[in-house]
Amino acid sequence: MTLIDLANPTRFLALSARVLPWLAAATVILLTIGLYQSASAPDDYQQGATVKIMFIHVPNAWLSMFVWGVMSVASLGTLVWRHPLADVAAKAAAPIGAAFTFLALLTGSLWGRPMWGTYWEWDARLTSVLILFLMYLGLMALWRAVEDPSRAARAAAVLTLVGAINLPIIKFSVDWWNTLHQPASVMRMGGSTLDKSFLIPLLVMAVAFTLLFVTLHLAAMRNEILRRRVRSLQMMQASRVAFSSEVGTGSREENASKGAA
Amino acid sequence: MSLGPYASFIVTSYAAAAIVVAILIGWVVFDYRNQTQRLRELGRSGVTRRSGRSAVDTPRTMT
Amino acid sequence: MTALAALIRRDIRIALRVGGGALIGVLFFLTVVVLMPFAVGPDLALLSRLGPAILWLGALLASLLTLDRLFMADHEDGSLDLITMSRTPLELACAAKALAHWLAAGLPLIVATPVLGLLLNLDMAATGAVALTLLAGTPALTFTGMIGAALAVTLHRGGLLMAVLVLPLSIPVLIFGVAASQAAITGPLSFGAPFSILCALSLVSLVIGPFAAAASLKHGLD
Repeated sequence: MTLIDLANPTRFLALSARVLPWLAAATVILLTIGLYQSASAPDDYQQGATVKIMFIHVPNAWLSMFVWGVMSVASLGTLVWRHPLADVAAKAAAPIGAAFTFLALLTGSLWGRPMWGTYWEWDARLTSVLILFLMYLGLMALWRAVEDPSRAARAAAVLTLVGAINLPIIKFSVDWWNTLHQPASVMRMGGSTLDKSFLIPLLVMAVAFTLLFVTLHLAAMRNEILRRRVRSLQMMQASRVAFSSEVGTGSREENASKGAA
Repeated sequence: MSLGPYASFIVTSYAAAAIVVAILIGWVVFDYRNQTQRLRELGRSGVTRRSGRSAVDTPRTMT
Repeated sequence: MTALAALIRRDIRIALRVGGGALIGVLFFLTVVVLMPFAVGPDLALLSRLGPAILWLGALLASLLTLDRLFMADHEDGSLDLITMSRTPLELACAAKALAHWLAAGLPLIVATPVLGLLLNLDMAATGAVALTLLAGTPALTFTGMIGAALAVTLHRGGLLMAVLVLPLSIPVLIFGVAASQAAITGPLSFGAPFSILCALSLVSLVIGPFAAAASLKHGLD
């Protein structure tokens, strides 16, 4: 099974229909295990029980970047290899990525309220995620602004790749800006000294959320393929109607001219 | 399992995650129903794809 | 080379003539800066503290406003198709157009900065620092904004969509531009570090901008 084989949408639909139930089942199982483990994880000595928010915040923050990576690869597929499924993949990923980014922001600010005393702190990480969220929204606006899907796909591909180049620069400059304005160190999640009792549930949840994304993405891609079929069929229907009415008026004119003669 | 003084924040964030994921799943399922139904309507009115296969065949393997 | 020089000369001449719109950007810059004291109050000490940030925001918005014209007029009268089909590489043509646009619409902003600095109670050194950072930073704004302009012209959607796409990309320029001018005026920080990063950002956008704009024009205009 290569990427070329997947280029046929019908084959992709058949294959994904076979894979999807298994993916969904694996997601549910892993998510259950992860939720159970994060519920039974001990409290952090500094953060208390609020560390449990991390078990959904970190996977969502990871996905917010991972999804942009997936879209960048798909954009390369659109511009370089002209893979027919690439723009479908890029379009289907955008709203899902935006949803995960939103969750990362929301849980981050809910974690920040007990830790910092405010819902929103202009912390470097939260700020970069906020900018990422704005870029997702801009990308979705671009997809929605244009009727013709292939035209929108190429524009969105350029924007996605420019964003992929710019995101590290934005991250770096926001970090720099943050240290400039906030010399007092904000309390951070443990980093490398993360204990095993936190690390394992975190990893399980991260894998579970990634599987959730893959499942949703495949399903959304199927929908997008079907939507394009509907669109092309509707255009066929419309052109058929236009053609037959043209023929109708033509014959009527013919009749009229005959009558005049 | 006690959630400490900030239980409401923890519960809210888990609930928000659940709601957003539910919305995503609902969107995907609703969209699928919508598109297959429109394909079926188009197929009934005699508009089919040039490749000969009825477009409705493929989705039917799923349901 | 002569083709590029001709393109630059033509674009500047179009931008500066009646109805060209390059000078409207300066007027907009002036108006935004004049509006600021009405929002924050006529406190001169506060204004001089916020001065660099106000000037940078005004310049950012003004350069965004004029970007719409970068490709739109050429697309309407068909000369953009000629540029796309000509023998000069499209990337170079895009760079030339952006350079012309910066000369016509970006440089006047920098020239206007000392006058506006007077209104915001900035002293000579501070005004000079802001003008210098604008000189180093506005090319980055023009060249990244060009990507948005190229996308907008291929999609036949201008204005607001372009602003939404371009503004997040210009955050680094804003950060380092304001930081460098603040460092020159008050900061304990040295002027050199943020200023050289600002120059680096301009150079990077000088490379990325033309390629991305040319790619979107090539794929979008068919």
